[in-house]
Amino acid sequence: MHYKRITLLAGHYGSGKTNIAVNMAMDLKKQADNTAIADLDIVNPYFRTLDSKKELEAAGIRLIVSAYANTNLDIPALPQEMYSIVHDKTMHSIVDVGGDDRGALALGRLTAMIREEDYDMFLVVNRYRPLTPDVDSVLEVIAEIETAGRLKFTGIINNSNLGAETTAETVLKSVPFAQEIAERTGLPIICTAVEESLYEELKGRIDDLFAMKLQARPVD
Amino acid sequence: MADKVLMKGNEAIAEAAIQAGCRHYFGYPITPQTEIAAYMAKRMPKIGGTFLQAESEIAAINMVYGVSAAGKRVMTSSSSPGISLKSEGLSYLAGADLPALVVNAQRGGPGLGGIQPSQSDYFQATRGGGHGDYHMIVLAPSSVQEMADLTIKGFELADQYRMTAMILADGTIGQMMEPVSFDFEVKEQVEKPWATTGTKMQRKHNVVNSLYLNPEQLEEMNNERYRKYDVIKENEALCEEYLTEDADIIIAAFGIAARVSKNAVNKARENGIKVGLLRPITLWPFPEKVFAKHAKHVREMISVELSMGQMIEDVRLAVNCSVPVSLCYRVGGMIPTPDQVYSAIVEANARGGK
Repeated sequence: MHYKRITLLAGHYGSGKTNIAVNMAMDLKKQADNTAIADLDIVNPYFRTLDSKKELEAAGIRLIVSAYANTNLDIPALPQEMYSIVHDKTMHSIVDVGGDDRGALALGRLTAMIREEDYDMFLVVNRYRPLTPDVDSVLEVIAEIETAGRLKFTGIINNSNLGAETTAETVLKSVPFAQEIAERTGLPIICTAVEESLYEELKGRIDDLFAMKLQARPVD
Repeated sequence: MADKVLMKGNEAIAEAAIQAGCRHYFGYPITPQTEIAAYMAKRMPKIGGTFLQAESEIAAINMVYGVSAAGKRVMTSSSSPGISLKSEGLSYLAGADLPALVVNAQRGGPGLGGIQPSQSDYFQATRGGGHGDYHMIVLAPSSVQEMADLTIKGFELADQYRMTAMILADGTIGQMMEPVSFDFEVKEQVEKPWATTGTKMQRKHNVVNSLYLNPEQLEEMNNERYRKYDVIKENEALCEEYLTEDADIIIAAFGIAARVSKNAVNKARENGIKVGLLRPITLWPFPEKVFAKHAKHVREMISVELSMGQMIEDVRLAVNCSVPVSLCYRVGGMIPTPDQVYSAIVEANARGGK
């Protein structure tokens, strides 16, 4: 996959942005030595990029995250280093934005600067999430996020899954859904993300498959 | 069959409540249950329902009182500190015999504690929480599917017995995502001839109140309520039994602790230890009979909890202290690992009931 200098991931709450962000950062690192993942989630205090700290550090990926993520301090804090996303021109980054329009609000401070850069903003979508079961509801989410974040989406990532019950069929059934979003928005489908065990089965049946290792919080 | 959806436990509660016919939700945000309020805020306006973010937890529970008195299905949700605030209202609901559904996605305490999961509101939930002699029906889901199923059941039991049903979940089950099916039947709602819906000059007016000027009458109301509780204890206790028939050791655990324990039970079985799991689904009424039955053949019971040991008291009462009951626990937002529970099983096995 080709990455611009800044890749923003936004979408509906619980659509899988963090998992994709971590996997994309791993992928991006193969192409850009100075790679960072930035966690701008101000919505959810759980399930953060920080859960994958060990893997990210081992891969040499810089983790930009609020000091309060995964602690008991439940406040919508942003990392002070977030400006390096735009200021450090040698750095490539994957930016994990919080869910829905509430999450996209965090982009506001950076929007004007991001617009000057080489960037993409991808919509992560899972048709099996309860509040985005049809294309109309997805279009609503798109409009809300674009308004709050004051940035336009440039592509779609189809991350349709049913958690542990996901089969090849589950993913295949979601393809027309993603295609309809693409048609109605004029945005390209960047990839369809699948858990790596499903990759072989789906290879050749869906264009632009992106194999992912699912992130899980380490057991203490 | 309708497609499954991928949901957080909190979202499953909210959607199930809507499907149960609940059109009134009052709440106040608190982690880790805010998804319930957020979901209701999105959905209720679209289906002609009411979502209202109250000015406080206390206001929200009293709004619940009002809608319930008017005969409608109604709910609120919160997490541990917020439930403490609601406790006065819970007592008033009980005193007025009003049905309601209340969700507690427990977090670490006491005080503000933390935002990670806990089960340390067991005493508060099963003993009533507020002042006075009363109980709530307490349901303990251990999967996202059960968050939905028990929400439906909670509304039905609440209406049937005119009392509060509480979903006692925790931060983990509220936050984790699993596929859920909403392919279930919702029973028709029972008549509520007691509701304050206006007499239309056709009947005597109804009164919903918890104040009794006459102490004899108040005593009789308490006695009557406890006769109802006896019926519930007899008919509504629920417990999942897993590999208990030939067990030498039985683990007692509910909610997230039961999921962890099941892994440990399987591992112990692979290693030749006869261990089973009793998972209370209703915490009040506590499934005493099932525990008493198995007390006859086990050497020890282990209560696995995310608390300093609360349910363990009900286990001891249920088995009448006829077998030793030990505790395996983590607190402060930590969850026991399957390995920790497995070690507790191995140790109990070595003790041989002594």
